[in-house]
Amino acid sequence: MKVLIAIKRVIDYNVKIRVKSDNSGVETANVKFSMNPFDEIAVEEAVRLKEAGKAEELVAVSMGVAQCQETIRTALAMGADRGILVQTDAELQPLAVAKLLKALVDKEQPQLVILGKQAIDDDSNQTGQMLAALLGWPQGTFASKVTLGDGKAEVVREIDGGLETVEIKLPAVVSTDLRLNEPRYASLPNIMKAKKKPIDTVTPADLGVDVAPRLVTLKVEEPAKRKAGVKVASVAELVDKLKNEAKVI
Amino acid sequence: MRVEGQDVGDLTTAVRRFVREVLVPAEPAVEENDAIPAAIVEQLRSFGLFGMTIPEAYGGLGLCMLAEARVAFEIGYAAPAFRSYFGTSNGVGTLGILLDGTDEQKRRYLPRIAKGAIMAAFCLTEPDAGSDAAAITTRARRDGDDYVISGTKRFVTNAPQAGLFTVFARTADKDAGIAGISTFLVDRERAGIEIGPLDRKMGFRGSQSADVRFDECRVPAATLLGGKEGVGFKTAMRCLDHARIHMAAISVGLCTRLIDEGVRHALGRKQFGRAIAQFQLIQAMLADSEAECFAARAMVEAAARAKDQGEPVTKQAACCKYFATEAAGRIADRVLQLHGGYGYLKDFPIERLYRDVRLLRLYEGTSQIQQLVIARELLAEKAR
Repeated sequence: MKVLIAIKRVIDYNVKIRVKSDNSGVETANVKFSMNPFDEIAVEEAVRLKEAGKAEELVAVSMGVAQCQETIRTALAMGADRGILVQTDAELQPLAVAKLLKALVDKEQPQLVILGKQAIDDDSNQTGQMLAALLGWPQGTFASKVTLGDGKAEVVREIDGGLETVEIKLPAVVSTDLRLNEPRYASLPNIMKAKKKPIDTVTPADLGVDVAPRLVTLKVEEPAKRKAGVKVASVAELVDKLKNEAKVI
Repeated sequence: MRVEGQDVGDLTTAVRRFVREVLVPAEPAVEENDAIPAAIVEQLRSFGLFGMTIPEAYGGLGLCMLAEARVAFEIGYAAPAFRSYFGTSNGVGTLGILLDGTDEQKRRYLPRIAKGAIMAAFCLTEPDAGSDAAAITTRARRDGDDYVISGTKRFVTNAPQAGLFTVFARTADKDAGIAGISTFLVDRERAGIEIGPLDRKMGFRGSQSADVRFDECRVPAATLLGGKEGVGFKTAMRCLDHARIHMAAISVGLCTRLIDEGVRHALGRKQFGRAIAQFQLIQAMLADSEAECFAARAMVEAAARAKDQGEPVTKQAACCKYFATEAAGRIADRVLQLHGGYGYLKDFPIERLYRDVRLLRLYEGTSQIQQLVIARELLAEKAR
């Protein structure tokens, strides 16, 4: 079975995000980038499937600027077999990413597409669902456990009220949640070996996909600063404030 | 082939993350138990730090000196006991097998050392032979097809865990000088090897060292490094440049850590109504530390680059080891000072790092030995 893993290059989770002074977006100059943590979980899950003998080939796909190669290399170091970079400097929104992925799925014919439930930069949580719709495939989103059976998969989903178990037919799309696994550290010898694994580069035009944004970002702002609290002298004063000032009781 | 400027950005990024997410958080437990937890040992092994200096053909990373130094900058950020655990497998003993070992010896040991399946320990120092390493008295007597080794080795790091001892012993009279010193690759299973009680050290808790006594330890002649007598000591001396640059790079990593500890405390601790980082005398301590750390890093990179280009670097390597370890000592002292009374409490990492850093100026050649090497090389250059 072939597995396609979609991974996104995002600002590293340790970086303190700063909004650009012209409010057009967030500061990306001289900022460390790394793989979206949810996608890391997707790579780990795919590698475990391969180690368990349930998958033969793992293809890691990333999209965006040339530096996405580094993100693909990380996936290769963790255990993916080869990479595909869809290179473009254009802004890629979830629908465009889903269309590009569909084009690659048509070409590669994987039985499973696995990807993070959302990226920590724009938190859209759309790509997996859109891809499933475009392909007409079943989807198992927010997976906290994935068990592959014969032509089907059992996915335990994290939902608001608890856990939901669904059975879906393969081929399918699975999006990963935090508790699915704990990603490994790529070992140093594997990082060296990953340098020799192949990465193909294609463009959106090669895949015949129009990636023009459908949404326009008007403004990006810092969240409002939290105001300092006040100390109250007595319980009576607190109750009074809650009743008359905050009007919550 | 080792080339200058291997692209190791991804390696250093991976090591940095591993150090900060796995090793640094484990430091208090290592200090408490005087041992590295088994789970972390397993992670060190699977992460692949044991074979940095071993070529890829034998399952190692085959890093050039500059790349190794850059990785060491990152490793040095964690308590140095971790580095000691895989350091002896990357050090002079292993380099000796690489340079002088027979094909059989390389095939037998290097892949297992690179995987971390066996640890190598270096047995040169003796009770009466430290800085004067050529004064060793451990003997290896030829007996038919075997040699019989007798003597005591001191400060053998990882002696309790080691599977291979690289042992230096006299195969000829003292009059023969260093030509009479040979090197043996002694498997731990041989009879006549006794590990002494663990050294009780000032710092470096979690790194275990002990005496190793060889009492009529019989080994076949095939264990002789390079298959002949008189090999090994000269190579060990040749590997010292490498070892000194490596230790200097580790010191730079520790300097970076110490400065981070200092900055964190200076920003968090308030006195006279503001963070002490706003006081100029505190700033001076941080500035001196940062300048020295930057200088040490630049020295190590320059020396490593020169070594990769095949230039003689004995003087530069000694300069690096001397300056970087002494700087680490000064920085540790300043950072403890800016902690005030808290720096003397075991609740803060600086108390432990201050004790750890003291060893850097003592091992792999004391500062005084480095001074002698620098002066010797300098005077020889000028005499030409």
